[in-house]
Amino acid sequence: MQLAVPGAALVTFGIHFLISRSDLPLETHSYMLLFWEIVGVSIVLGIAQRFWPALRQWMRHMWPIFTAAILSLGVWDVVTTGLHLLPLPYFPGPAAVLRSLISDRGLLLDSTCHSFVLLLSGYAVGVIVGLVSGVCIGWSTSVRYWGMPLLKVVGPIPATAWIPLAMVVAPSTMVSAVGLIALAVWFPVTMLTASGISNTRASYLDVARTLGAGPAYLIFRVAIPAAVPNIFIGLFMGLGASFLTLVVAESVGVKSGLGWYVSWAQGWAEYGKVFAALIIMAAFFSTVMTLLFKLRDRVLVWQKGIIKW
Amino acid sequence: MTNVAGASALRVHELCKNFPVPDAPGTRRLVLGGISFSMAAGELVSLVGPSGCGKSTLLRLIAGLDSLDSGELLVDNQKILGPSAERGLVFQDPNLFPWLTVRRNIEAGLVARGVSHEKRNEVDQFMRLVGLEAFANSYPHHLSGGMAQRVALARALINQPKILLLDEPLGALDAFTRMRMQDEVVRLWENRRTTMLLVTHDIDEAIYMSDRILIMTQAPGRIDREIDIELARPRDRTSDSFLRFRSEILEHLHLAGKAADPSA
Repeated sequence: MQLAVPGAALVTFGIHFLISRSDLPLETHSYMLLFWEIVGVSIVLGIAQRFWPALRQWMRHMWPIFTAAILSLGVWDVVTTGLHLLPLPYFPGPAAVLRSLISDRGLLLDSTCHSFVLLLSGYAVGVIVGLVSGVCIGWSTSVRYWGMPLLKVVGPIPATAWIPLAMVVAPSTMVSAVGLIALAVWFPVTMLTASGISNTRASYLDVARTLGAGPAYLIFRVAIPAAVPNIFIGLFMGLGASFLTLVVAESVGVKSGLGWYVSWAQGWAEYGKVFAALIIMAAFFSTVMTLLFKLRDRVLVWQKGIIKW
Repeated sequence: MTNVAGASALRVHELCKNFPVPDAPGTRRLVLGGISFSMAAGELVSLVGPSGCGKSTLLRLIAGLDSLDSGELLVDNQKILGPSAERGLVFQDPNLFPWLTVRRNIEAGLVARGVSHEKRNEVDQFMRLVGLEAFANSYPHHLSGGMAQRVALARALINQPKILLLDEPLGALDAFTRMRMQDEVVRLWENRRTTMLLVTHDIDEAIYMSDRILIMTQAPGRIDREIDIELARPRDRTSDSFLRFRSEILEHLHLAGKAADPSA
């Protein structure tokens, strides 16, 4: 069982060794190094888990996934570098992607930072505005009367469809990108917050009233907490929409970030770099998603049976 | 009328309330048709009657959650204008705030009234009163039905209401928990002498707990009969006098049911 990961690493490494014999050693050096590292780390973990039950638990859970991931690298290697089943230069092998990842790390890191700042500012603005408008629409019938039609008509337009207008109106591409991401986040957050607030169980509000609660208590300590499960659904939907908008906005307007990097690398036909950027995006976005799930689990400890991420 | 400190007298006079009928727009159904009764300060009165006779509607009106159509509703000779911390209400569903721990649920009334942090030490006292110190930091979904209802009682009592309205508070509990909770509510009442109005379906519960029982008619609800329960507490559920009250009330409800049913 414990030998599955180093075993898979050796198999994949062997595959790579066989099919890349003709390549220059420099080309595949770092890829080989990666496998020695995997073998080394998994052996160290295999020894450590004898003395550390929590680690053993974790390893037992994660090992099949790791094994499959390493073996699929081998399959990718065979399909691309080995058998040339996929057209080049669009589908480089894993070794070439890793090389791009390492050789262009400076620019990739820089792009990730830019994307992160853009995502965070757009998401924050969208969430804040969305929460405020959602609470207003959910709580007050007159705000709902005027606000809901606007929300229903304007909200479903994909934020990216506003790009031509946003470019003209906003003073800089950065501002327009923040605005677009905020818009993409605002709609689901507002919608779900409003429905959460207006569906607050009437009996909770009745109880609070008989306890002497005023409007502030009813909104902030009853309706909003009751709406939190719904609000989180809106936050997740908004996060998905913000990733999409971020990448599109970066590839058409903003001259930095991972979205820009992908289209720039594509322009030079450097598909190794395209894949490298996709790997970074996957890691980056899923980390952000995981953080939001962790936050939700913290905030919603009072709820039973919540979905795990 | 005896005057008990911290408790209010209640007077209900010719109270009417109607609701729109959902299936037939434009028509309204009379739920309370001129109901009248009064309660002395510190009295424990039960309200029994067929389901749908407007018992819960009456409690909501007294709590100030709904507005009345005609008649008078006076607490210590003052009109009820809206909900207030002076009139506590406990529902059949405990309706604890699931996002707050037991302790914070009990504290909710103090927070809602803006009582400062330093003055909130009563919370411990009320948690002890209902025997839930060990569960202070648990969330409501960990509690059993009886425990949750005790929290709901403590939450209502912490505001020192002058009238406590109980809308079938023990209706969802199993028989044993229910009997224990009846003792507990009577004990709380004996300690605090708050005026209590209890709506119940359970005739034994009404006889066991209250000073007086009001029997309501089918909707539109009106007080049909008043029965004073002159038994010393603690009461014996199997004593002859207890059973006499029981058969008297059952007979009354049965006859009322027959009169209302034209096929009988």
